[in-house]
Amino acid sequence: MRTRAMFNALGVLVFVLAVFPVFWMVSTAFKPNDEIFSSTPKPLPADPTVRHFDFVLNGRIAETSFWSYFGNSLLLALGTVVVSGLLAVLAATAVARFRFTFRTTFLVMLLVVQMVPLEALVIPLFLDLKRLTLLDSLVGLSIVYIGFALPFSIWMLRGFVAAVPRELEEAAAIDGAGPVRTFFTVLLPLVAPGLVATSIFSFITAWNEFIFAFTFLDDQSKYTLPIMMQYFFGRGGNEWGPIMAASTLLSLPVIVFFLLVQRRMVSGLTSGAIKG
Amino acid sequence: MLDTASPSRSAPGRKTSGPARRRRPRLGPYLLILPTLVVIALLMFWPMIQIGVMSFQKVGNRQLRGEPAEAVGTENFRTIFDDPLFWQSLKHTLLFGVVAVTLTLVLGTLVGLLLNRLGRRMSSFVAGGVMVAWATPPITAAIIFYWLFGNTGGAVNWFLDLLPDALVGDGWADYNWFASPLPTYTVLTICVVWQSFPFIAVSVLAGLRSVPGELYEAARVDGAGAWRTFWQITFPLLRPIFLVLTVLSIIWDFKVFTQLFIMAGLANRDAFNLSLYAYSEAFGGINPKLGMGSAIALVLTLLLLVVTAAYVRIMVRQGETK
Repeated sequence: MRTRAMFNALGVLVFVLAVFPVFWMVSTAFKPNDEIFSSTPKPLPADPTVRHFDFVLNGRIAETSFWSYFGNSLLLALGTVVVSGLLAVLAATAVARFRFTFRTTFLVMLLVVQMVPLEALVIPLFLDLKRLTLLDSLVGLSIVYIGFALPFSIWMLRGFVAAVPRELEEAAAIDGAGPVRTFFTVLLPLVAPGLVATSIFSFITAWNEFIFAFTFLDDQSKYTLPIMMQYFFGRGGNEWGPIMAASTLLSLPVIVFFLLVQRRMVSGLTSGAIKG
Repeated sequence: MLDTASPSRSAPGRKTSGPARRRRPRLGPYLLILPTLVVIALLMFWPMIQIGVMSFQKVGNRQLRGEPAEAVGTENFRTIFDDPLFWQSLKHTLLFGVVAVTLTLVLGTLVGLLLNRLGRRMSSFVAGGVMVAWATPPITAAIIFYWLFGNTGGAVNWFLDLLPDALVGDGWADYNWFASPLPTYTVLTICVVWQSFPFIAVSVLAGLRSVPGELYEAARVDGAGAWRTFWQITFPLLRPIFLVLTVLSIIWDFKVFTQLFIMAGLANRDAFNLSLYAYSEAFGGINPKLGMGSAIALVLTLLLLVVTAAYVRIMVRQGETK
């Protein structure tokens, strides 16, 4: 019994340490300035205020409203989700349902490209998009994000496709449905939960991305939320109240989404190893 | 467990006949993967080739205006290998990588083992909290840690100042963590380990749940302690997981960019790692040197390629690409 209590205490300690930075972010966001810069910081705001949130949401940040940054981020993320989701379903079906020459090569390729240091690709992609006049454009940026999200999405989705019993498709085929119709009426609805999980993953990839957006975008009206954060922070880094309020607004959707799909992400990354 | 395609694939008689199989056109799978191939070729392979080509070229303002690139042979490499900043950045990359990967793996494994020992509800409660650290976007994580370690109102300095001086020394109240590379990297390490240990913990937990309980039962009967049980039973059984986790951690930590960009910035050249050095050469000044940047990026990529090769070998051997 004593060891059990000790483990529980350790568990609580791990929980507190893991959550503390995020807790501190939210708590700072609600503190008035004199509490933020106090030399004896308190965990919770004594006199909570929504001033910083008001400043971020309704003020102008670099002559642009928060909602412009938010809209750009949302648009980019949704574009990435839709296109990479569509391409991933197609490729995952091919990999999970057919044996074909180069299938293994294709799978190995998916593994390899996930390991490519994206930071290194900034330079050539900058030049490529410049040539295509897609540099200072959300379309250009979302094309890049699709490339980043796609390999992992396929890797994750193929497990879901493989889990759908082949007999269902065969039954549809016997009933006279062609491959396209079988795909839409049988396979797609059954793979939907997996598609939701991969979509959230792609969403987070695009929503969090910083370097490419920072390097490619020039026009302030196209800036995304992470660039807004950097701008705020780079201005001398003293407005901790608004910075933490903005951080909270940027992080919360991601944290919620993430908690929804984390199980799938882990098994997608280490799947083979867990088979035991 | 995830490779659910295999049971139906190996079912007897499936290969020879089966109406669905015969109806499918041979071109089908290739058409399905074609869009993916195009995307990956254009966004991954072609740029990688360009990096290789550009590292032997001079690509600057004139080339950005549309003039053709100038071939300079191995000049870019000779320049960077002569630059002490390159060696310092390489040192930072390697040292940070080794320390961060080791800490992440040790801490992650310990938390994974702990999660396995806790009761069900306690375990999912702690795992939920740990996930929050993982889910935080890198840019916010970096900014939060910068704020926690700041010297006006920072929680860490306040806490260290509170502790007895005999234990941690004094003068913490005004300590600036971001004035020199070593303390900056200390904060960076804490930040990165905080974000990456949850993945290790959850993966190790998933692995532990697949180990049959009888083995531990037997070990206990034989009187084996926790330390011996780990090295004699847990570690050998989870070896494949640990291999994959180590390789993934190395790849993620060696190229850390966003967090260091926030904590040190492009102005603080003393604290550069290879990613930041490459970026700074390519985009940092009014005279962009994209060729030089490519050469540095190529060195980083080759470093990671060795690790990637190991990763792919492990995955293929474990039958993941079946």
